[in-house]
Amino acid sequence: MNVQKSRSMAEARSASSQWGTDSEASQLGALRRGEEKAFEAMVRSFGPRLLSVARRFLRDEEDARDAVQEGFLSAYRSIGTFQGGSQISTWLHRIVVNACLMRLRSRQRKPEESIEELLPRFAEDGHQVAHPTPEWEGSAEELLARRETREMVREAIDRLPDSYRAVLLLRDIEELSTEEAARLVGITENAVKIRLHRARQALRTLLEPQFRRAPAW
Amino acid sequence: MSTRPYITCRELIEFLHLYLDQELPPDRRAEFDRHLAVCDSCVHYIETYKTASALGRNAWTDPEAPVGEDVPEELVTAILAARRSRA
Repeated sequence: MNVQKSRSMAEARSASSQWGTDSEASQLGALRRGEEKAFEAMVRSFGPRLLSVARRFLRDEEDARDAVQEGFLSAYRSIGTFQGGSQISTWLHRIVVNACLMRLRSRQRKPEESIEELLPRFAEDGHQVAHPTPEWEGSAEELLARRETREMVREAIDRLPDSYRAVLLLRDIEELSTEEAARLVGITENAVKIRLHRARQALRTLLEPQFRRAPAW
Repeated sequence: MSTRPYITCRELIEFLHLYLDQELPPDRRAEFDRHLAVCDSCVHYIETYKTASALGRNAWTDPEAPVGEDVPEELVTAILAARRSRA
């Protein structure tokens, strides 16, 4: 590592740790006065977590970085309106999630894949006798003890259609309330509940081949 | 004992989220319970639905994941430059 790089890393650590040592009120004051060091400390302190959030939503590194950048710039522009009623980390999280959702909406891609193929199928009489649901090999806790499980689940979540994946992430991963998720996505609370239910059903379908108990012969 | 026909698996699974969230009226909830008393397949469906949901909630909570990761330096530089250009 050369001296220049070493110095810049030390400066980065200093800027990052500054947020943790100064009081949030003091940092907010510095941000409102437009002090770049305070802004940099905020970026370094909260950037890693926000980038992880954006990667989950957007599944594309460049898009995720753009969303985080948009989020921080949006926060910079509106820091004067931040009331301090919530922690700044919560406020930034909402801003970046919103930036991600706007990007998802604006993606001009082929029409979203239907989720119908991933929902349960029934016989004509409405029962599932012909395709009874198998048991799985263990509880969630037992399956999570396996090294490969989380990766499998993340891959399955990535396969969900965007509008369902976004609601699953908002409710089950980011732990937003139904009301907050509805406001951010721009749909009713009832629609959030239905989308979340279908997303979980689809996730169950995608995971079943990995975890179903082998039939006894 | 009720002589009403059982609700179908389709009805139960379609409205399962309301059953699990305790949002069904008591008479409707009783219909779900009556179905579950005779349908192993739906019992297994509910168990695996709950398991899949729990796995989803824990997909990014890896205890072995590295903590304290830095944000990429080029991203910090880009954000700071964008802020300066808009200040």
